[in-house]
Amino acid sequence: MADPVVELKGVSKSFNGTQAVRDVSFAIERGEFFSMLGPSGCGKTTTLRLIAGFETPDADGGQVRLMGAVVNDQRPYERRLAMVFQNYALFPHLTVERNVAFGLEQRKTPKNEIGDRVRNALTLVRLDPGTFARRNPSQLSGGQRQRVALARALVLEPTILLLDEPLGAIDLQLRKEMQLELKSLNKQLGTTFIYVTHDQEEALTMSDRIAVMSNGRVAQLGTPAEIYENPRTGFVAKFIGESNFLDGRVLGPSGGLWDVQWGDTTFRVPSANGVQPGRTIRIAVRPEWLDLVRPGHVPPGENALCGSVRDVIYLGETMHVVVSLPGGTDMTVALRNEGQLINPLPWRRGDEAVVAWKPEDCQILEDE
Amino acid sequence: MRRRLLAWLARRREAEAWALLGPGTLWMIVFFIVPVVVMCAYSFMPRGTYGGVDPGFTLEAYARFLHPVYLVILERTFVIAVLTTAFCVLAGYPVAYAITRSGKWRTLLLFLVVLPFWTSFLVRTFAMIFLMRDTGLVNSWLMGLGIIKQPIEMLYTPFAVFAGLVYGYLPFLILPVYASLEKIDPSLLEAAEVLGAKPAARFWRVTLPLSGPGLVAGSLLVFIPALGSFLTSDLLGGAKGLLVGNLIQNQFSTARNWPFGSAASLILMTLVLVAALLYLRVGRERE
Amino acid sequence: MPRWLVAFTAIVLFLMHLPVLVLVAFSFNASKFSVNWTGFTLHWYQRLLEREDILAALRASLIVGVSATVIATACGTLIALALARHRFRGRTLYEGLIYVPIVTPEIVTGISLLILFVFLRVPLGLGTIVIAHVAFSISFVVVVVLSRLAGMDETLEEAAMTLGADEITAFWKITVPLLWPGIISAALLTFILSFDDFVITSFVAGSGSSTLPLIIYSMVRRNVEPSINAISTVIVIGTSILLYVAEKLTRESA
Repeated sequence: MADPVVELKGVSKSFNGTQAVRDVSFAIERGEFFSMLGPSGCGKTTTLRLIAGFETPDADGGQVRLMGAVVNDQRPYERRLAMVFQNYALFPHLTVERNVAFGLEQRKTPKNEIGDRVRNALTLVRLDPGTFARRNPSQLSGGQRQRVALARALVLEPTILLLDEPLGAIDLQLRKEMQLELKSLNKQLGTTFIYVTHDQEEALTMSDRIAVMSNGRVAQLGTPAEIYENPRTGFVAKFIGESNFLDGRVLGPSGGLWDVQWGDTTFRVPSANGVQPGRTIRIAVRPEWLDLVRPGHVPPGENALCGSVRDVIYLGETMHVVVSLPGGTDMTVALRNEGQLINPLPWRRGDEAVVAWKPEDCQILEDE
Repeated sequence: MRRRLLAWLARRREAEAWALLGPGTLWMIVFFIVPVVVMCAYSFMPRGTYGGVDPGFTLEAYARFLHPVYLVILERTFVIAVLTTAFCVLAGYPVAYAITRSGKWRTLLLFLVVLPFWTSFLVRTFAMIFLMRDTGLVNSWLMGLGIIKQPIEMLYTPFAVFAGLVYGYLPFLILPVYASLEKIDPSLLEAAEVLGAKPAARFWRVTLPLSGPGLVAGSLLVFIPALGSFLTSDLLGGAKGLLVGNLIQNQFSTARNWPFGSAASLILMTLVLVAALLYLRVGRERE
Repeated sequence: MPRWLVAFTAIVLFLMHLPVLVLVAFSFNASKFSVNWTGFTLHWYQRLLEREDILAALRASLIVGVSATVIATACGTLIALALARHRFRGRTLYEGLIYVPIVTPEIVTGISLLILFVFLRVPLGLGTIVIAHVAFSISFVVVVVLSRLAGMDETLEEAAMTLGADEITAFWKITVPLLWPGIISAALLTFILSFDDFVITSFVAGSGSSTLPLIIYSMVRRNVEPSINAISTVIVIGTSILLYVAEKLTRESA
């Protein structure tokens, strides 16, 4: 297998005594669309800046490697990568053309070549060179500025492209379009994309792999499917999509599965590392893995918790039914919306309902 | 070569900072701080026979300042400075407020305020002389109209100094107040309106407090130069309008008492710094 | 806007400009002493051209102004950059100290510099004037440039670095062009402060040299004649033109 293009080995970085990045390690493959996802302050931007060269790891804070070589001490302009910034960072005193050409001029590319490459880069990001080349950044819309920033980076044909929450300030519709464009550019050019975002939907849509970060550490690293369907910790389960959480005490084995005490009743879970008699475990169940049935109509073999309907929420594609369980816990069940005007859900506030799920449709969470 | 220098500098961010600060800081230390230190030293030395100082240590310069003659001057300076500031606030705040509401006239009005700000202070003070002297415009005009028989002695009085200072420093108040009024978020006033506040209430409870920082800055920009004023009182004040600034200048020309002049300068400087700190403290408390 | 506010503002603004307008008007008055209008004349302006001392003083003011401006603007801009971009020990103290020259009364600055020059036995002349002007102007430059820098996007230099420019290149190609209007404003402020300065200059000029304000002062003190009005008018018009140019420059590059 080829060498990873970017590798972090035990990288740590502190500012004034606070650790922003703690012992982070991962390897990114060539051509991959790799995202770092997490809430504000989780260390994802700092990690990106460590890769870019704007920050250096602490004295004993690990290694940053690009294309196999250790680059801890290299300045950003010595590393051959390109970057797209959150606020676009277009040079206000230069035209679109001069902005895009900037990097080429720094590399002393011959004049005639610059013109062609700038035109190609603008076309690549779907901006007509004829219309846009002479304009000033102040005359462009947010989306257009973003494209220019992208063109400015891509014109250098970098091996690695860093993107720091580039779609944050763009409205929803355009954002979804650009997400798909970025994904397609990644595949078309074969450039490795390293993407930072706090929007989990965005990360799931675009990435080959996601590093979910929290408090300076990588909480989980995996493909979108792995992250979504098998979240390892409560944090990941909560941050990605929605989850219902249940804490219970393991009682004992029960026909290949394990019984867990919850309030006055029990439910069953599959075997896993943390499942030992006497231990308290926490499971996460996604709303779409749950069924909602009338009392007495529980499918055989499924776990069942009884409660009453507290709320029915209209989300468009799905309906969320919030069920109040004894003990004060709420669980949210996601049901397909088949058109409330033609085939409405049979659930109303106050109805008695049973939340049911197959024992294997849950995630047993690790301690954080 | 360049790369190596930059890499070395990048690792020591502090070194880079001091490289930038260096030339200017050096200049200021040698030509600002050192002179003040020397002046401080002079204030504690005995007076030289032909001007200058003799070696030694004495507090007689400071003691001399406690003489009623000089205390009167100090008091007069302080009173005039306070009155000037107060009057500038009363005259200038409404003007600044009006400019924020002036719509298409704004650029013109701002230019009209900024222009005196930049015009030579000496020229403007002379203009006051031209107006106020016994043969000046105001007196001739009033006498011509028969309103008065004798010229009113406006010049060479404390009043003339007061008028000259207000005229001189009014723009210094209007501009900062205008700047901070400009920054007030209009939606705050709309919110107050929705909550039932009438225009007067909106002004006193929203606009005025929020323009506080600008008001403090503007007042400082008037009070401090007024306190240390020299030119205005020199040209307009005569003997009755002598301020601390003139007193100091006198010690280095005719009176030849350098230690006393230095002591007076230090007292003035202390007053100014205290005033500045107090004002800033009050301003920060308001926020 | 309330009617009374409009009237009030109009009156205040009128009074703010009245003295100078009167001064300018009477620079064309043929009569030497009285304020009665005896006829329009350019005589007093001609007198200016005849007075060698006034012309020499004008020359001196210009030389001092330009020199002080160049030095103060350069030093001040560098300081502003350091304050805006770098963290260093003693930074808050430094920020506070920068404001001290601005609040220090001119008389104190002037006196203390005179004492220093006498103490060091430095001959007083145009050189000492330039030194003094730079000393009090640096703080003003720092304040103006700093406020312009505060509004500037730091990521622009970082973006330039990702495109291959090192710190110095990024500075010259990105920061300086964007900072230029601020630097020009600061330079103009310094020039005008220097050109107009009387108090400090009067202490450090010595007996040999004279700047325009010094000459005007002695004219006001000794022999008042409408030539003073004439030179004042010239100064006012000159300042207005300079201001207008500065405004245009700043507006264009904004």
